[in-house]
Amino acid sequence: MTARGRELAGLLLAAVIAGVALASVTIARDSEVSARALTYGALFLALYLGAHVVVRRTVPYADGALLPLTAVLTAFGLTLNYRLDPDDGGRQALWVLIGVGILCATLVALRYDYRVLESYRYLFGVAAVILLLLPSVPGLGERVNGVRLWVHAGPLQFQPGELAKIFLIVFLAGYLREKREVIAQGRLKDFGPLFAIWGVAMLVIVQTNDLGSALLNFGIFLAMLYVATGRGLFVAAGLALFVGGAAVLYNALQHVQDRVTIWLHPWTHERVYCALNGELEFRQDCASYQLVKSLYSIANGGFGGTGLGEGTFTSTDGTTLIPYLRTDFIYSAVAQELGLIGAAALLLVFMLFVVRGMRVALRAQDGFSKLLAAGLTFGFALQTFIIVGGVLRVVPLTGITLPFVSYGGTSIVANFLMLAGLLLISHRANEPR
Amino acid sequence: MNRQIVRLTYVSLALVGVLVVMTTYWQTWAAAGLADRQDNAIRRVAEFSVDRGLIFSWQPRRRLARNVERTVDGKTLFFRRYPYGRLAAHVVGYSTAGRSRTGLERSLNDYLTASNANLSTLVDKALDELRGKPVEGNNVVLNLDLDAQRVALEELGTQCGAVVALDPRTGKVRVMVSSPGFDPNLVEESFQRISRITADCRPASPLLNRASAGLYVPGSTFKVITASAALEAKKFTPDSSFVDPGYCTVYGKRVNNFDTSSPFGTIDLENALVHSVNSVFCNVGLKLGAKLILDTAKRFGFYERPPLETPADERLASGLYEHGRLYYPRLDSDVDAGRMAFGQERMLVTPLQMAMVAGTIGVGGRLLEPQVVDRIVTPGRRVIVQQGPVLIRRAVSRETADAVAQMMRLAVERGTGTAAQIPGYSVGGKTGTGETGVPGSNTTWFIAFAGRDEETPPELAIAVVLQNQSGTGGTTAAPIARAVMEALLHTTANP
Repeated sequence: MTARGRELAGLLLAAVIAGVALASVTIARDSEVSARALTYGALFLALYLGAHVVVRRTVPYADGALLPLTAVLTAFGLTLNYRLDPDDGGRQALWVLIGVGILCATLVALRYDYRVLESYRYLFGVAAVILLLLPSVPGLGERVNGVRLWVHAGPLQFQPGELAKIFLIVFLAGYLREKREVIAQGRLKDFGPLFAIWGVAMLVIVQTNDLGSALLNFGIFLAMLYVATGRGLFVAAGLALFVGGAAVLYNALQHVQDRVTIWLHPWTHERVYCALNGELEFRQDCASYQLVKSLYSIANGGFGGTGLGEGTFTSTDGTTLIPYLRTDFIYSAVAQELGLIGAAALLLVFMLFVVRGMRVALRAQDGFSKLLAAGLTFGFALQTFIIVGGVLRVVPLTGITLPFVSYGGTSIVANFLMLAGLLLISHRANEPR
Repeated sequence: MNRQIVRLTYVSLALVGVLVVMTTYWQTWAAAGLADRQDNAIRRVAEFSVDRGLIFSWQPRRRLARNVERTVDGKTLFFRRYPYGRLAAHVVGYSTAGRSRTGLERSLNDYLTASNANLSTLVDKALDELRGKPVEGNNVVLNLDLDAQRVALEELGTQCGAVVALDPRTGKVRVMVSSPGFDPNLVEESFQRISRITADCRPASPLLNRASAGLYVPGSTFKVITASAALEAKKFTPDSSFVDPGYCTVYGKRVNNFDTSSPFGTIDLENALVHSVNSVFCNVGLKLGAKLILDTAKRFGFYERPPLETPADERLASGLYEHGRLYYPRLDSDVDAGRMAFGQERMLVTPLQMAMVAGTIGVGGRLLEPQVVDRIVTPGRRVIVQQGPVLIRRAVSRETADAVAQMMRLAVERGTGTAAQIPGYSVGGKTGTGETGVPGSNTTWFIAFAGRDEETPPELAIAVVLQNQSGTGGTTAAPIARAVMEALLHTTANP
């Protein structure tokens, strides 16, 4: 079977998963099998079949597993968002539609040679920095939870950080491909750009309070630097720099301290000062409310989960238990309703995606393509780790999205761009010549 | 670059692998601990999704606790309503989302939510879940007499105190009332109104179940224990004669009778109890020693939480207390036995304990387990728990008990407890006036048993306690005891 044949079979399977999941949500909600679930499943299949046709025409030799895996991830996201809020589910579907559209457009636009991007690398670099700093421009940025992530332009709002990540990877792939021999020699003067990027990462933290994307972008940078030079020492030095910088920031920024305190001690036996209402409260009722409630949600899932639509996300008086459930905390909804089996299955899909993405990097012929594919894939893995790890109390919690699953337009679009990149690279690598 | 890419792949997979491991940790290893946490609202929702079992009074058969359904976020939740409000508030307790639970709502939570391990409950629950119906809890039938509860509450009025009445032949608790009471329906939404309740004592503590968790100076009611100890040790008989000078000398200090102006002169032990003469019991106590009296008290259930179905922390043990802690002396000389013999010293008791004492004397010395729950029934009307009389132990010999019972009958016939006489019934009782050290704020008592005649075992025993009284037990507590006993005797006469 050809890659495209496998892709088609995979997409059919993904559509069955999506259809069954949506049907079980409607059954739980209305106690009946409504035709709507089937319609949604059919639309889902049609959308990805459209993408499949475009892939067949533009990048016929591309990896056959990536698109079906993406379809499964978006099926998870659509089902859960629809279950938690039907209106948001509809909007999320619209964003997936737009994401697939952008995927197709990118494939069409770059079908002959995506490597033209390499010559625009500095443009991408500058664009990435501008995007990162955009939320701190007065009048544009909005603070949510003390974190500047959002940009408002009229009725439009988006999280520039998600796009900045993709741009940064393109820039780094081009830059490191060019300079890797020089940098590998380890002369101090070649480390200028490295320090510059470290500085930008720290600046972003100070300006936006956004620990998550700073960690993500710096992690991607270190990974790509390692792939380019093969020098583990650089990674160690980079990590040391980041940790050192973070330690300084920890002492300087209250926001960072709070996040770490919540991470280390989410529960208190005594009442402590609560900044939210200015009174003495248990920390689990105040600062770490969200994390603790999310852990309860995960624990409630147990091995098999409560079942789709059967989970508990509101208290006895009808108030929402976990704020930002559909974005940052989508994983704790997955873990409660689908249990360990479902959550592990979701993580397995992420793992498979990572393996396929890295395989693309291995098979790519040129340095730029290898770096680009490795960077995009590692970014995908690290982002998953940072947000799910935050929800699971492995690392301090920072609000970023779970790729393809969380509610949010910019995130969906950015991840489809990443998918486009991997498909283009794998097509070129597999193309017979 | 391929070597680096392979390594990076391993790192990426390890990162996601850590997530799998940690998810497993939270969902299996840590799940039980998290589910038990007080602030876990998910568990609370699960508990409120159960159609909680109902709680009924004995007679008249009334629903003391029922449910109202409310749909929250697509889930049917069941919230408690208490149609009889204050009437049985302390025994039944409350079950709320905001303030957790008290009373039987707490101690019987497993039965009420069908989480108990009885086979029929497990089967019913599994069937309910299979059919997608809310799980139905088990219903509880109490031994409480609702009319007598009402009488007791009305008699107590604004006074602070408690009434406990039980059937000493079976241990069934018929009345358990604490004043001031509270309306359990207010706990969830307007708790402020409960904290504003006032009464003739401060703090009013309306949530405290004084009947089993209130500790009071027993005063002369403790003489029943002392007399039992004296007869049981065979060091005295009811006819043992004493000279009452109106006081007793302990460690060179005078301990006065309640009324020092008219000493009784030569008096026997029986009449000393009938007229509640402190000096006599003071001398008896000095002769017996503190530990012997306390050991007799222990046989009546002192120094242990009385077994009852309510939560353990809503029941306290009676005995000597020092610095707020139960205290048993190492040596006789550690305690002033003379003062303890008539219920002073550091002796503190609960009304429930004193009702058990009166009942045990009445039925010939057998101490039975007090029970407020009669049976627990599945929604399908299958009885899963049926309580019956449980003998704790024989407290004293039949001879001792009968002799003390006779003294108590005489106290009601012609002594301090005449206010508790009920025509057509044989009532034995003992008054008590515990001095708290503040003039005009004594703790007054009446403990009694009542039956058809002297030959048949009494069908009820009662303890009444009142705080902050200026009168004596005979004038304040005995009339309340009589009113409650009459209410109970009438219901048993016409079942």
